Amino acid sequence: MSELAAEDFAPQRVHPARATLKRLFHHRLFVTGLALFGVIAIIAALAPWITDVDPNRLSMRNKFLSPNGDWVFGTDNFGRSLWSRTVWGAQLSMIIGASVVALNAVFGTLIGAAAGYFRRLDNMLMRVNDALMAFPAILLAIAVTSVLGPSTLNVILALGIVYIPRTARIVRSSVIVLREMEYVQAAVAAGAGHWRILRHHILPNAMAPMIVQLSFLFAYAVLSEATLSFLGVGAVPPTPTWGNIMAEGRDYMRDAPWIITIPGIALMITVMGLNLLGDGLRDVLDPRLRIQQ
Amino acid sequence: MSLLEVRGLTTGFMTGSGEITAIEDVSFSLNAGEILGIVGESGSGKSVTALSIMGLLPSPPARLISGEVIFEGQTLTNMSDRQMQTIRGPGISMIFQEPMTSLNPVFSIGEQIMETIRAHERLSPAKLRERAIEMLDKVGIPSAARRMDDYPHQMSGGQRQRVMIAMALACRPRLLIADEPTTALDVTIQAQILDLLMDLRDEFGMAIIIITHNMGVIAETADRVLVMYAGRVIEEAPVATVFDRPLHPYTRGLLECVPSLTEDRARLVAIPGTLPEPTRRPPGCRFSVRCSHAIPACSAALPPLELLEPDHSAACIRALDLAPIRTADLAP
Repeated sequence: MSELAAEDFAPQRVHPARATLKRLFHHRLFVTGLALFGVIAIIAALAPWITDVDPNRLSMRNKFLSPNGDWVFGTDNFGRSLWSRTVWGAQLSMIIGASVVALNAVFGTLIGAAAGYFRRLDNMLMRVNDALMAFPAILLAIAVTSVLGPSTLNVILALGIVYIPRTARIVRSSVIVLREMEYVQAAVAAGAGHWRILRHHILPNAMAPMIVQLSFLFAYAVLSEATLSFLGVGAVPPTPTWGNIMAEGRDYMRDAPWIITIPGIALMITVMGLNLLGDGLRDVLDPRLRIQQ
Repeated sequence: MSLLEVRGLTTGFMTGSGEITAIEDVSFSLNAGEILGIVGESGSGKSVTALSIMGLLPSPPARLISGEVIFEGQTLTNMSDRQMQTIRGPGISMIFQEPMTSLNPVFSIGEQIMETIRAHERLSPAKLRERAIEMLDKVGIPSAARRMDDYPHQMSGGQRQRVMIAMALACRPRLLIADEPTTALDVTIQAQILDLLMDLRDEFGMAIIIITHNMGVIAETADRVLVMYAGRVIEEAPVATVFDRPLHPYTRGLLECVPSLTEDRARLVAIPGTLPEPTRRPPGCRFSVRCSHAIPACSAALPPLELLEPDHSAACIRALDLAPIRTADLAP
């Protein structure tokens, strides 16, 4: 008789993280989104190596060149390389997007968790939140940047202030549900303190909607940053941002349409990629949300 | 000295229409190693009693109106939240009704048991793991070491309840409160879990409070019984006494509701009426409106819980007149 151990009949054990990844990579929208966003992100990361011309170098001899063999994306009204400017703009967009997401992940979670978990703080924190959310996002961002002055850092701060209340609200609503779960009560009954309960039982379970929200937030942040610089309250003009390039190209839309179109397409690819990625994450991480919508 | 003393515990809840009392004047004591069964209908105040002892009721809306809980000589009812955290776990631990939702879905069961221990003791990771495996082994999870890394969704309801018990016992509590530990499980698993609780009582010498609406569970496990009705204790006695000679008509009614194997009965007996809502409790004895033996004097004043026979108290003014009317069919 051959030797068979109980293990031979046990079901294959797959680590849950691996199972989730597997489902993600079988999700068509997620893969498409990741590919689109990934291309932009890689280009942004490689900016110093894939551009040979300084994005701010003026060359009056070469102004208004349409895309050709030497100038892949053509040049603008000052003869600056649009390839360089768009690529460096991508890098700035990614930095701003990632910073806003990081700010939200930290402060949105803190505020949301505090409001949801400690009932005493809820009213106070959420009324401040409501006040901030009452303003249209872009208007509030313009107000903040005009107070702080236009600069890349201030754009990050402004977008942080605009979006943190929204993230906090999402975290809060998860925390309120999770706080009443039986395993939380069981943890209290076993003598766990507030910090332990939040860190171990509540926040890990609130992560799924949070991750989904942050992927959409990245898209909003990139789009808002472009809007702010397009309106002239973002990073100061010579800085290559997609919004700045588009604002400058607006005057020459008829004669040199590539100036405004190219960063516009880059922006569209990024935002669409992030939205598809977020949809995919939502479907896989939080299937309940999908039914509701 | 008894392990747990509950004296005149009265807990109220603030509602839209004023404060209502969920439990009133609940008193009992429990010795080390003893199993107390608290039995009553849904809404009779069993769980509120347990949560009041643990200090787990959210406040507001809940409020301790009067009474005290003394555990090993310490008065729990005036302890701070931080002090209570040191009691919960190593002193008093609790298991809940719903094993399907009582475990955190994102951590392996081993991690959850270790986390419970970590909240109270400083142990090396190896020791911690060893203790968790030992606990899983004690509650009868086969190949405990391998199942440590399983997640709750990989286990059945009965196994999850075993894990819950392992978590509750991980800090070696002196008192375990089991709030309907078997209600959500099917009958064969129920019997296994009850056997397990009694084995663990013998092994660790801890006291247990079992809350249930199932007389069978009480008969099988408890040493003493507390019968609750509409927020009050209406009868207290050793388990054999309650089944042999119930003094309160409500207790008798409950026992008559238990189907019997030895008797040919077409229909189950039921107590007429329903439990009065806390806002609309009748005057006097709260059971009087459903009681077939009620006399006008019953609704005149709330009958106190009195020691009517040695080690046997009941809250019924007619208890001793009615006592001879017994349900003979209950003794096997």
